[in-house]
Order: sequence, then structure tokens, then C-alpha cells
Amino acid sequence: MRAFLALIGRDIRVALGDGGAIGIALGFYLVVVAIVPIGLGPDLNLLSRIAPGLLWVALLLSALLSVDRIFHNDHEDGTLEVIALGPLPLELVVTAKAIAHWLTTALPLVLLAPVLGLLLNLEAKAYPAVALTMLIGSPALSFLGALGAALTLGLRRGGLLVALLILPLYVPILIFGVSSIDRMTSALEPSAQPLLILTALTLATVVLTPLAAAQALRANLG
Amino acid sequence: MKLVADQVSATRSGRTVLAGISFALESGDGLLLTGPNGAGKTTLLRVLAGFLKPSSGVVRIEGGPAEAELGEQCHFIGHLPQTKAGLTVHENLAFDAAFLGEVDGVDAALGRLGLSELADIRAGYLSAGQRRRLALARLLVARRPVWLLDEPSVSLDKASTETLARLIAEHRASGGIAIAATHIPLGLEGAKELKLGRVPA
Repeated sequence: MRAFLALIGRDIRVALGDGGAIGIALGFYLVVVAIVPIGLGPDLNLLSRIAPGLLWVALLLSALLSVDRIFHNDHEDGTLEVIALGPLPLELVVTAKAIAHWLTTALPLVLLAPVLGLLLNLEAKAYPAVALTMLIGSPALSFLGALGAALTLGLRRGGLLVALLILPLYVPILIFGVSSIDRMTSALEPSAQPLLILTALTLATVVLTPLAAAQALRANLG
Repeated sequence: MKLVADQVSATRSGRTVLAGISFALESGDGLLLTGPNGAGKTTLLRVLAGFLKPSSGVVRIEGGPAEAELGEQCHFIGHLPQTKAGLTVHENLAFDAAFLGEVDGVDAALGRLGLSELADIRAGYLSAGQRRRLALARLLVARRPVWLLDEPSVSLDKASTETLARLIAEHRASGGIAIAATHIPLGLEGAKELKLGRVPA
């Protein structure tokens, strides 16, 4: 447990000190969301209709931007060799690093989402729904990202490949994330089902991806 | 304890790099790996650390804690810096210590490698030799019986090289095993030597 926490703590410290890796993801998020109203013109009704989906898509893209950092840097400077020889099984190493990524990237993005909702004329009643679904869905983004990062370890230009590998896996999260906002805010009969499925997806991802990512790491360490 | 390699072979991208390597080392033994570039010294060390699966043969450790795998009983010093450029010298070593399960000894290890005054400097600002010394300090913060050293003296100055030789000698005297690929004498007096050669294709 001590090694687990030490690893999370180190990754957070590296992310905070690393010349604003967090800032880049936040900035990208801001730019994507800010540029859309300019492209679509000042139609407030249109904007508020597409706002939840747009916030979600921007969240996926910004999360993708930083996932290859999860293992790539450690592999490049050799610290992954030290970590691999530690007492922590690689499955838990993946879990710790995905949690650190979630805390340093996904969580700040989620917290920023309501602010960006202003730019998109997000309806007031949709704010809690957006925050809730993102909070539930975002851990899955970090864990799937860790899987992609582990699979492409050691490849040059791995970051682009991660995007190709992982974006399709993000689709179910996106679908259920947006549809649960829909069901919570629209005139349709409210239903918790999409939110429950989103929760199930996240839980399954958190449990299963470390197993797969650890295998990928083992294969790529040689 | 005893470290045994039995008919170990390894391939890298389809090419056989090691063929039928066997040796047995007791507590206190050293093994010097020599051979021309590309002879498989690094590959052998990576196999021993468990990063690379041997294509045939086994590596096993006898007489250690029953549960622990070989990888958990060895230190691996390789070509890469193995330190985080964005963290300070002290933070780097403190993480290694916490992660590898030791509580203290960080300051003592830094002192031994002559890094005390640099403790608050980011590792990215260190010279190559200083960074190498920081990686070597890890050998001291967590006690592990097997040291796998891949050219550990690269970019070290004369005094640091002597310190390293003393560390290896002390490690062996206290019952540890040291395996090093190196071309200079490094506290490996009386060590066995394994000459690796190119494997004919």
C-alpha cells in the first residue's frame, strides 16, 4: 500500500512540476469549447442543445492528449525499470498511474466543465447532470488511456497511435455519458438507466484494463 | 543463497543473442561479463532482471524468501538515467526508497555518493556523472541481494568509480551477489568471468 501511494504521489508531483502538462490539457479543452460557438454562429438555442455532447467530446480529446504520458516518459528515462522491479505487481502499478492521471488531468477538466458550459449557453438545470456524468465516466477515460499507453510503449509517435486505438473504446462512455444527461434534463420521462450503465462501464474498465495493460507492459519491457 | 542460470538462450527480434549460458553464483560471488559490443551482455542482464523472457532455459534463485521472484530481489542499473528530471535529487531517491519498501537511509545514501549538497537540485540539471551517482544511490536505500550492473561506471569520475568499487566489495562481503558488465576492475576481485561472444547465425 505504501508503494502504491508513493507511486501516485510521485506521478502527481511530476505532473505538477512538469512544465504544466495539466495546463496543456486544460488549455486545449478551453480552446476546443471556445472555438465551436465561433464556428456555429450565435444561435443560442442550437448551442444549448449541443452543449452537453460538445463538452463530452472535448473532454475525450483533452484526456487523449495526455494519456501517452502515463508510461512513455517513465519508459524513456528508465524509471519504469525501477518500478517494474518493485514489490508492487504491474497490475497495481497501472492502477496507481491511471489514478494519478485521473487526479491530475481528468478531474481538473471535469471541474472546469461547468465554467465552459457558460460559453455554450448550457441550460442551468443541466449543470449538475454534466458534472455528475463526467465525474462518473472520467475514470474510465484514464484507465482506457493507460491501456493504450501500455500497448504503444516504446513506439515512436506512439501518441497518435494511442488516439486511434483508444478513441473507439471511448465511444460507449461517450454514448452513455451524453444520453444520461439527456434523460436527466429533457422532457422525456427521467430514467437512471443510462447513468447506471455508465457506472457499470467505468467499474468494469477500472477492474479489467489494469490486467490487460500489465500484460502489455510485460511484453514491452524487454 | 544461490543464483543459477541454466542453459539460458535469448533472442531479440528473431536473432539469437544468447545461446546456452549457464552459471551458478553463491552468496558473496561476483560475475564479470565481458565481450565485444553486441555480444549480449545487456541482454543477459535484462533476462536476469526478468524484463526479457529467455527463449529457453531458466534463471532461478535458491535460498531467498520463498515468495519473492528474482526481479524483486535484484537491483538493475542500466544505460538509462532511471531518475525523473523534474524531481529533485532528494525526491527521486525518497521515492525509490518508499517504493522499494525502505523507510530511511536516503540522506545517508546521498552522503555516501557525494550528493548531499545537491539534494534540492532538480535531477534534470545534474551532469551525467551526478545522475549516474543518483541512480547508484538506489543500491543503498533498498537492500537487495542481487545487483545487476550494466556498465555502471560510465560517466563517473575517478573518485566516484572508486566509491562504486568499494560499494560492490562491501555488498559482496555482506553476502550479496554482483553481476556487472564492465571493462574496468570494480570491486570484483576474485570474481568469475563470463566471456560472451557473438552467436553464429
